[in-house]
Amino acid sequence: MKEYAYYPGCSVKGTAKHYEESLLTAFDVLGLNLTELEDWNCCGATLALAVNELKSFTMVSRNLALAEKTGLDIVTPCSACYLVLLKTQDYIRRYPDIKAKIDRALKSVGMEYRGTVRVKHTLEALVNDVKLEEVKNRVTRPLKGFKVAPYYGCQIVRPYKEFDHPFYPDSMDRLLKALGAEVVDYPLKTDCCGAAIAGTMEEVGVRLNYVLLKEAQKRGANCVVTVCPLCQLNLEQYQGKINKRFNSDISLPILYFTQLLGLALGVPEERLGFNRAMVSADSLLEAA
Amino acid sequence: MKVERVIKYEAELDKDFSQWVVSVPGGEQIRDCIQCGTCSATCPLSIYMDYTPRKIILMAHQGFKEEVLRSFTPWLCASCYACMVNCPREIKITEIMYILKEKAIEEGMYPKRFPIPVLAREFTRMIVKKGRNPETKLIIALALRTNPLNLLKMAPLGLRLMKAGRLEIMTKSIKGKDQLKTMLQSLEATT
Repeated sequence: MKEYAYYPGCSVKGTAKHYEESLLTAFDVLGLNLTELEDWNCCGATLALAVNELKSFTMVSRNLALAEKTGLDIVTPCSACYLVLLKTQDYIRRYPDIKAKIDRALKSVGMEYRGTVRVKHTLEALVNDVKLEEVKNRVTRPLKGFKVAPYYGCQIVRPYKEFDHPFYPDSMDRLLKALGAEVVDYPLKTDCCGAAIAGTMEEVGVRLNYVLLKEAQKRGANCVVTVCPLCQLNLEQYQGKINKRFNSDISLPILYFTQLLGLALGVPEERLGFNRAMVSADSLLEAA
Repeated sequence: MKVERVIKYEAELDKDFSQWVVSVPGGEQIRDCIQCGTCSATCPLSIYMDYTPRKIILMAHQGFKEEVLRSFTPWLCASCYACMVNCPREIKITEIMYILKEKAIEEGMYPKRFPIPVLAREFTRMIVKKGRNPETKLIIALALRTNPLNLLKMAPLGLRLMKAGRLEIMTKSIKGKDQLKTMLQSLEATT
């Protein structure tokens, strides 16, 4: 049994509910216990960083201080939360002036952050803290018929190369293979989906996600697997518009790696949030 | 035909701006840029930018304050960090884009009615107030402040998300929201 301070981030409480549902059930099977950080606040994502970096770091440091009190590592499912937490720690370490201001802000509410918290992405926790062999031994329903394009996105591997290669990571490839899926060679695995810009500027969202999806299709994938709420939403929401604009026939379910993990570990489909998909994975599930 | 000078004289450049860029966290190495263009080549959004990342870095370093802060380029940076990790001179390009965005807001020079700065400000305002990000409210506020017609365009997606139970209409505040407020006020007192 391994314990973590779970920092969910805002997306998994809304558009990415099925990420949280599948994460909690699948990790539980493997003895990874996620206890939600009491009264956590939004990290501000990359947007607050653009408005005021220092304010953004200060908001994040409240979460770091809360986690430090629990004595546990932070685990977060969202790549943006992950990046912002790591960047805050990095700047606190490198700039004494920023550290002093944050320390004062924390002190003003009787809190402190000594800098001892380790921040991990959910994928990182899984591949680093559980042996792949062990995961493999727990598989009761190998992922037959799943031809997966493993999509990591950007911020889980860049700029903080904490656990995998910044452009050609393969930790999730190995995990999915261990679960019995066929993993296609996907060279765009860390190309950008457009993040918040894809959501606000349709032209950007449609073009970037077309490139990503078309390549997955060309490589013979029948689904794309993601590790980040915003990647998942972007890849999923634009498929109709992409097909109209580029005269293509893309219809790829965009799944969270935790959904496939849970499935392979024998968790019933209903508990993994497959019903929340906008591009259904039913045909894959039936064939499996 | 009227002939206009498009190149600036050195005396017209803003030296304070160029010194400021070097002085802020993340901007320190900007002088090391060799203008190789790796950043522009790796950037997935450079096709939409008015100045490519390579140009913005040079212009910021040289003191083209007005042009840099009014540019769309920093606002189109999706923060994928491909340029920064690839930069042979280890210039923190993505972090510089953040600094430029912050400065553009501070100086009121960001491109008006462009959705991203509006989104960034609305988002920050809301999370400071509640401690959490109310996704749905944010999207509505953004549309109202940029182009209300977008609400109609977004309605189908909204309905699909709602059907899947992925739309959170009410976001509760955190218990520590006053704590958050006090912390942010403490910053203002010290800066």
